[in-house]
Amino acid sequence: MRPRKNSGSTARALAALALSAVSALALSLVFASVAGADAISPEAGPTQNAQDTDALFKIMLAMAAIVVAIVWAILFYSLFRFRGGRDREAAQIRGNSALELGWTIAPVVIVIAIIAIVLVMLPDIKNPAASGPDEVAQARGQLASVGQPPPPGGNALEIDVSGQQFIWRFEYPNGAVSFHDMVVPKDETVVLKISTTDVAHSWWIPKLGGKFDALPGLDNETWFKATETGSFSGQCAELCGANHAFMTARVQVVEPDQYRQWLEQLKSDIDQARTEQQRQSKQFAKEDV
Amino acid sequence: MATPEYVARLRRRPEILTDGFPRRRPKWIEWVTTTDHKKIGILYLFTCAFFFLVGGVEALLMRIQLGAPDNTFLDPTTYNQLFTLHGTTMVFMVVVPIAAAFGNYMVPLMIGARDMAFPRLNMLSWWLLVAGGVVLYATLFFTVPEAGWTSYAPLSSDTFLPSHGIDAWILALHLVGLSSILGSINFIATIHNMRAPGMSWSRLPLFCWTILVYSYLIVIVIASFTATLAMLLIDRNFNGTFFNADAGGSALLWQHLFWFMGHPEVYIMALPGFGMVSEIIPVFARKPIFGYKAMVTSIGAIAFLSVLVWAHHMFSTPIGIGVLGYFMIASLLIAIPTGIKIFNWLATLWRGNIEFTIPLLFCVGMIAQFVVGGATGVMLAVFPLDWQLTDTYFVVAHMHHVLFGGIFFAIVGAFYYWFPKMTGRFMSDTWGKVSFWTMLVGFNVTFIPLYSAGLSGMPRRVVEYSASSGLHDYNLASTIGSFLLGLSTLITVVNAIWSLRNGRKAGPDPWRANTLEWFTTSPPPQHNFDVIPIVRSAEPMKDFRRRARQLEAEIDATPPPVKEPVP
Repeated sequence: MRPRKNSGSTARALAALALSAVSALALSLVFASVAGADAISPEAGPTQNAQDTDALFKIMLAMAAIVVAIVWAILFYSLFRFRGGRDREAAQIRGNSALELGWTIAPVVIVIAIIAIVLVMLPDIKNPAASGPDEVAQARGQLASVGQPPPPGGNALEIDVSGQQFIWRFEYPNGAVSFHDMVVPKDETVVLKISTTDVAHSWWIPKLGGKFDALPGLDNETWFKATETGSFSGQCAELCGANHAFMTARVQVVEPDQYRQWLEQLKSDIDQARTEQQRQSKQFAKEDV
Repeated sequence: MATPEYVARLRRRPEILTDGFPRRRPKWIEWVTTTDHKKIGILYLFTCAFFFLVGGVEALLMRIQLGAPDNTFLDPTTYNQLFTLHGTTMVFMVVVPIAAAFGNYMVPLMIGARDMAFPRLNMLSWWLLVAGGVVLYATLFFTVPEAGWTSYAPLSSDTFLPSHGIDAWILALHLVGLSSILGSINFIATIHNMRAPGMSWSRLPLFCWTILVYSYLIVIVIASFTATLAMLLIDRNFNGTFFNADAGGSALLWQHLFWFMGHPEVYIMALPGFGMVSEIIPVFARKPIFGYKAMVTSIGAIAFLSVLVWAHHMFSTPIGIGVLGYFMIASLLIAIPTGIKIFNWLATLWRGNIEFTIPLLFCVGMIAQFVVGGATGVMLAVFPLDWQLTDTYFVVAHMHHVLFGGIFFAIVGAFYYWFPKMTGRFMSDTWGKVSFWTMLVGFNVTFIPLYSAGLSGMPRRVVEYSASSGLHDYNLASTIGSFLLGLSTLITVVNAIWSLRNGRKAGPDPWRANTLEWFTTSPPPQHNFDVIPIVRSAEPMKDFRRRARQLEAEIDATPPPVKEPVP
């Protein structure tokens, strides 16, 4: 038979337990604070879907923290209060129907609460907002839908986002194409149609909302509406091969005028390059003859 | 008597042949050809421990790479290969078979059987596991698979990864899967048919319940996964188009089929861990498990729900809102039976007389950390949040919180708990404490900062991050913690090896435990029990001890025989 430990070593063990829990927590908090105040919630830029995601996260985090705190409190209290080594018999209890019913119903209530909160907050995250007053660009034709409704009024800047090993390609309504950098106007609802030309990728600019996978043969979509100018970077979030880590992207939100100018410049550059290329091809064809 | 003739006769080797006495063979041949469930259990344990160390080294290499921004310690392809090996090894060659290790050793003992139902099939299961491991690691000399343990189509197709690393990965998982399926059939047959007299279903130890449900889950989902792997094999080598969207297949189909195995797999790994905690806590709280029937019902409910929630790994793929909603609600429902289990463990500790042994410490660590992993799991189940969190280090941290902080702590606790039964000796208490505290601190320092890394925009499976990303501190902390974890593992291994020879001797029932494995000697003889005990409650050992005390009391109470005066 195993000798009973004395309560001194138990108390020491408890002290050590508390100490290490606190130190682990403190250590991670120190690192967290070093890295910025936003260490315990997602990135949220100036767009409603990202901000609402952030808000929803904070609600869920608070609920989770309460549950964890309750469990930890009961756990550590029982460990301390009912530690062995004293003249006490363990109570031979095999169950308690009322209590058990209680902690079956409690999680049910929590689950229902979570579902209710999600139902309330989902529309603002999922459904595109109405576009701003400055209607920069019209969507090309019908907006495809995987469940995402068109923005109210139907006005949106629709950009085709195409993932390919290992770069993002953006096609604008006027046919202009850019790589890596997407330029969009401020206050305009931007609807992204996401696809891939090779393997699976995942579109993600953390500050502009969640990620959406690009899968072969399927179109995905998401949206954002940035209310401030700025530059927001992100990277592919689905393993797509050796250079997955280097498949980055950046969204530059600019003033509408600046956007128009940029897009026209891009379009004319591309047109010019096409004309030049046609000229050269003809030249080569002549030389071949 | 000692005439030379007599001595010569003694020295002559007697040639006695007895039926049923096998020829003595070299020890290692005895081991690798044994059909004794206990030896097979130990072989499993060694194999899993070996792969755990290998997978751990892979993890440390990755952590070194991520310890500094823009690091060039590993090149991108090597990094992808490492996390593919790490994930595949830890899931399929450590955590799943380690349940089979303890299950093999303990289930027949706990139910009062002399062996598993199919001893030779049992041996085959172990050999298939070894073969799978050899195939996976043989790729080190050819091409290592590099599509992650999930091997998503179409990255895993012959178009994008034409070398045969993925084919080796498929073969390895076919072998390991077959091993798991055969092992599970064995467990199912054993637990259904070979329980000791009196051991009704309501007296079956909870660990055996979890192994039974684990086995049913394996038979359902690993069988389906084996077919899924065959589809990928056909796509890669015989012009199949199951996952080729250009030819009418669907890359999304792979994700559905993979996660139909992948999510129940989480519970395949978790349930035996729950079972271990449910065995250890009542012993050291000196109380019966609280709510036995609720525990069994929860195990069943978790298993049932676990095959209905797979698409919560795919919330960011193009699927309809109704599907998203269904999979969110189904996933949240799992929190209910899991919550019941946690509260029942707490209630078991409540008003107990808690003895702080090393196994108990690990179980307490398991509960404390598992509840955090569960809470972050609930957050991930909420699909609008998952859009932001999926495929980031938040998921990595969550998943390790469940698997390492939860299940692996339970496994180490179970190892300390059953080591005296397997070897007849205790492991060192002092070093046990050291390993527990280093593991606890190491674990939290490794994985808690990774939540923040994920929230700050770090996707998983990236070989590097830039210095300007603000991710360095989190990653540095994580790397430091991971080496603490490595140290704690090393301490546990050294402690086990040292204790084999030098540990304090343990009797048959050193913990005053509840279940039948403690009814026999430590280590048990080959036939387990001289007499198969008759079970009269869910805690047969308590009954036996009570009966022994009664007998002692009766003997004490009997007045000593009066000495008759000799006439």
